[in-house]
Amino acid sequence: MLTDADLSALLITLKLATLTTLILLLIGTPLAWWLARSQWRGKPVIEAVVALPLVLPTTVLGFYLLILLGANGPLGEHSLAFTFSGLVIGSVFYSLPFVVQPLQGAFAAVNRDYLEAAATLRASPRDTFFSVVVPLARPGFLTAMVLGFAHTVGEFGVVLMIGGNIPGQTQVLSIAIYEHVENLEYAQAHWISGGLLLLSFSLLLAVYGLNRRFKVVGP
Amino acid sequence: MSLEIRQQLARGGFQLQVEACLPARGVTAIFGPSGCGKTTLLRAIAGLEPQVRGRVSLGDETWQDEDHFLPPHRRPLGYVFQHAALFPHLSVRGNLDFAYRRRGREPGPGFDEVVELAGIGHLLARATPNLSGGERQRVALARALLTAPRLLLLDEPLAALDRRAKAELMPCLERLHERLSIPVLYVSHAIDEVARLADQLLLLAAGRVEACGPLAEMLTRLDLAPAGSEEALAVIEATVSGIDADYHLTRLAFAGGGEGRELWLPGDSLPLGRRVRLAVHARDVSLALQPPRQSSILNVIPVQVDALSSSGPAQVMVRLRADEVPLLARVTRKSQAALGLHVGQALFAQVKSVSLVE
Repeated sequence: MLTDADLSALLITLKLATLTTLILLLIGTPLAWWLARSQWRGKPVIEAVVALPLVLPTTVLGFYLLILLGANGPLGEHSLAFTFSGLVIGSVFYSLPFVVQPLQGAFAAVNRDYLEAAATLRASPRDTFFSVVVPLARPGFLTAMVLGFAHTVGEFGVVLMIGGNIPGQTQVLSIAIYEHVENLEYAQAHWISGGLLLLSFSLLLAVYGLNRRFKVVGP
Repeated sequence: MSLEIRQQLARGGFQLQVEACLPARGVTAIFGPSGCGKTTLLRAIAGLEPQVRGRVSLGDETWQDEDHFLPPHRRPLGYVFQHAALFPHLSVRGNLDFAYRRRGREPGPGFDEVVELAGIGHLLARATPNLSGGERQRVALARALLTAPRLLLLDEPLAALDRRAKAELMPCLERLHERLSIPVLYVSHAIDEVARLADQLLLLAAGRVEACGPLAEMLTRLDLAPAGSEEALAVIEATVSGIDADYHLTRLAFAGGGEGRELWLPGDSLPLGRRVRLAVHARDVSLALQPPRQSSILNVIPVQVDALSSSGPAQVMVRLRADEVPLLARVTRKSQAALGLHVGQALFAQVKSVSLVE
């Protein structure tokens, strides 16, 4: 079954994924709202940057982060490489498109009429966002949260590059599997892999199931 | 109090250049063909078109001028959108509460009063996507009223509705008109709606104001669009002055009443003294030099010819006056020649049909 090291890798993975998802909701929501509404001509550049982690080998992202966060980078002796904080920063970049894109899509689908109606009913733009946009974009939020979480759980390359593999600090499940396989401990590798497969599948099933139920009828 | 509007916008090939000062009471219809800028003007007054430059003020409160632009949520107005725009994630009650909670301590119509006025008490628990078109507009109207608006803006609330739904909403708008003294700006391209609901008319064509004034005058001015239309009509404000119980007829007095200032209408259900509005279509009025002695037409009014204008190759539109009340008659050019119609001439207008619009 699972060793102590595996259990602590599980805890670190869950902590990392939860923290990353929360940070991404805080950053991703305003960014997605801006991307959904802005008419600015430079917008495609930002959109392309947000989508980069979708196509870039994760080792490339990890490599640049290592240079940026490492001891020889601008942070110097406050280096975040091989720390949990460094892992969180890496994960935020890595999972950004998985949170921003569903939100952007959900925000863009909110009919302008509702925003204008809210304004004529004395709701400030901020009030309108929380009382009209957020409830109408609920399926988008659910998708963003689950994809952000699940994708962070499945992270490998970035962690390998900037997290190292320090048990109890930066060792996450995906790396633990890799290590078990290297050591020919296939039984443990099976347990963790099977568990992750089941977790990811259940999360996605929950999202697609719920989003069907929440389906908001248009005007 | 008055609503002062000076608005300019150039967008694509479209130019809006509106300058008007409207009395802030009763119903003012903004009337014109589609694409003339009616809705844009209404949206600009609400602050929903920030690119529009100029000035908007209601009474001594300025909403927009050269240096200030009050955002829509700070303007004390109610807006009913053409497609209602009810929030789909809230029930009918939730939609009403949304407005009611945000109005603060502003005095205005109460929740129950508005629900009753709109006749939507039985709908409160319903989800908004399941409402019919007419129900939706009544909820939207109630929602707008619950913000305690000082000005109510209606953007063709009847346009998307079928006949039955229109018949539901009209009385609701009329009750509103009677019970609450909120000035209304009403965008419409249907002359019958305007004749029924409006007190003043602002005529818009290609982004400019053609004319603006009291309904009865605007409908009968021969240089303006309404009198040129197939449906041309005049409206008469009258009072129920008598009932003929034997023949089931109602006598309606207008312009002070007296000889020739009365009209008879089938039916006997209206109470004495009730003020009503009548519509008389130009096609239902014929002219005679002598009062007809043997005729089935009951309503004959002595009038004077006020103006004439040709209406197609075969017909002429004649504007008439019974004291101060203007009327329209559409007659053939042949009849014009036979009667020698000219301005100032005294005649008798025979009114084939009168309808009650309010």
